[in-house]
Amino acid sequence: MKTLIAILALLPAIAVAADLEMTLTIKDHRFSPAELKVPAGKKVKLVVDNQDATAEEFESHELNREKVIPGNRKANIFIGPLQPGRYPFFGEFHEDSAQGVIIVE
Amino acid sequence: MFASAVIVFRETLEAALLLGIIAAAARALPHRNRWLLAGVLAGLAGSVAVAALTGTIAEMADGIGQELFNATVLGLAVLMLAWHNIWMSRHAREMVQGARAVVGAVEHGERDLSAIAIVVALAILREGSETVLFLFGLASGGAPLAQLAGGGMLGLAAGVGAGYALYAGLLRIPVRHFFSVTAALVLVLAAGMAGQMARFLVQGDVLPALASPLWDTSTWLPVDSAVGAVLHVLAGYDARPSGMQALFYGVVLVSILVGMRLARPAPRPVPG
Repeated sequence: MKTLIAILALLPAIAVAADLEMTLTIKDHRFSPAELKVPAGKKVKLVVDNQDATAEEFESHELNREKVIPGNRKANIFIGPLQPGRYPFFGEFHEDSAQGVIIVE
Repeated sequence: MFASAVIVFRETLEAALLLGIIAAAARALPHRNRWLLAGVLAGLAGSVAVAALTGTIAEMADGIGQELFNATVLGLAVLMLAWHNIWMSRHAREMVQGARAVVGAVEHGERDLSAIAIVVALAILREGSETVLFLFGLASGGAPLAQLAGGGMLGLAAGVGAGYALYAGLLRIPVRHFFSVTAALVLVLAAGMAGQMARFLVQGDVLPALASPLWDTSTWLPVDSAVGAVLHVLAGYDARPSGMQALFYGVVLVSILVGMRLARPAPRPVPG
């Protein structure tokens, strides 16, 4: 238990800023780019820019992320550091058109 | 119409299952329905307010306001569930033994019920605000209102039906085991919420992931399969959790268990 408390006390100190920043745009319920390449082992700040008037929910089971982005707003989602592979994501509110994938290599 | 039914169902399901477990866990407490109803109404009112404020919340705290808000809501719910379970571990035996003891516990029961009403309100607040946003988006996108309302009602009915089925199923458990079963459910529910809370804090870069993912069981039991989804809602199952998520899960699980053990009245010798 003492070790646990020690670990928890250290946490804020080891959270570091993202290694790089990438932008993902939502327009007409589609993501662009629909394919995003990201280096392995880096923490990435994903800036999602929703240019539609309506809200969208960015969701990815593979990335273990979900976030509502209101209409005409930007939001940040931090991902990684990740292993190489394909990480699909989608917009839960418009799943038929809003699809994309992050390729980590 | 089908799309709106599916989304409303998915958002409703989590809150409805939680309500089903809570309603069952509190079944021996007096004035239960009044408190549950108060929780539901407060949650619905809060949903509309939060949906209206989503833009503002999202931009707070340098773009991670939503993560902080969700983590806070989940954290409060975990505290309330922990309180409930620890309180129940003290009183469950009296309740099994009969009404006399329950009347004696009324005074404390009211306090426990207010904790329960808050959990219900918080669960509905979180899921409800997303539903309101989604339906509002579809409506302003020109979808026919009658279809939207129809789909929404269908999804809501299915979600509430699932919650009620769980509640009815739990009530069939013999009284002797009933409180152990609901206590176990509330315990993993609270731990699962703590895990989700950690996920939001990692997503907002407030805490490090420690490992992402810690393990990957998505090929055996994906979260979007039927069994995976139920386990996700009820026990916080995640196919690809981060290390921080698992840590929060474990710490909350053990803390509540210890609290329940400490609160238990005069231990009787256990054979073996």
